[in-house]
Amino acid sequence: MKKEIFKKAFVKSLPIMCSYLFVSMAYGIMMEEAGFGWYDSLFISVTVYTGAFQFLLITLLSSNASMITIALAALLMNSRQTFYSLTFVHEFRSMGKRMLYMIHTMTDETYAVNLALTEQGAQKEDMMFLIAVLSRCYWMIGAVAGGMLGQILPVRFQGIDFCMTALFIIIFIDQWEKTKDHVPAFTGFIAAVICLLVFGERNFMLPALAASSGILVLKREYRQTETAPKEKQDG
Amino acid sequence: MDRGWMIAAVAVSAAITFFLRALPFFAFRDGRKMPEKLKRLGGILPSAIMAVLIVYCLKDVLLDLKNFTLMNGVFQSRKGILCGISFGCGISELLSACLVAVSYKYRHHTMLSIALGTVCNIILLYFFTKF
Repeated sequence: MKKEIFKKAFVKSLPIMCSYLFVSMAYGIMMEEAGFGWYDSLFISVTVYTGAFQFLLITLLSSNASMITIALAALLMNSRQTFYSLTFVHEFRSMGKRMLYMIHTMTDETYAVNLALTEQGAQKEDMMFLIAVLSRCYWMIGAVAGGMLGQILPVRFQGIDFCMTALFIIIFIDQWEKTKDHVPAFTGFIAAVICLLVFGERNFMLPALAASSGILVLKREYRQTETAPKEKQDG
Repeated sequence: MDRGWMIAAVAVSAAITFFLRALPFFAFRDGRKMPEKLKRLGGILPSAIMAVLIVYCLKDVLLDLKNFTLMNGVFQSRKGILCGISFGCGISELLSACLVAVSYKYRHHTMLSIALGTVCNIILLYFFTKF
């Protein structure tokens, strides 16, 4: 692979590097605080490799949650990955042997960076592959470093886990700016607050996500039947 | 914790995560067309999911609001530490979250906003809350 493309991919991956090293280091430290070694952080980062859920998995593992709870949490929290893949079905398929790796390494961040690529054809494929490899490396390096630092550092940094919240807020703002339709965001927010009040902080994620998906699908259909005659008139 | 159980839990999580990522490739193989409804839901669901995740991260705010009492003209929850002002970790997270949102809106710099928010949260926790 050409040096030029590697350089370009590296530059594109810089924002991912900053956030991944930071966030995965916090992850490594949190894992260590929960009683897991750096090798556990590496093991989970290699196999699962998904930001938000890995954090949740710490709580689930250390609170001895049932296997069904863990499976359901993985299913619900990572179902958004399905929608990311939808965008790249054709492009990844043309990448041959690298397709499986591309599928496995799709994250919120690589998705966003891939969307913004201006390259075409084989060059774009190489770029996407390199960005995926680099991002995965950043994540693993951070996770291991965090786990090791956590063992060395005498002081416990209260509140460092906030960087994941910050990343969520940034992704949320990016998504907010990408679209004019803010109904999904409000739906999610209101559903989450109501479910938090009703079900409590341990059990509210599942009903909140299910409720907002349901509401959004129903609302679409209602709006479609409502606007359908209007569109005919305009035509 | 049982080591074998933990590895099994991680394996299950990894399998489900890979399955979800690969699902569209599996479902729409051999040139099968994607339904419009699914495409559209795929486009709008991420915003809702992110909103839910943010509420999840800031869930302690609710706990703090429950504990609020008006004392000496200052909103206080838990014991005062600096200048008699103190709040729970939910409020410091909420303030830091606002800093992240405002700084990101202003500069659109991911790393800067994450660093600012996190440092702010650590400082607020250190000076204004009692663990």
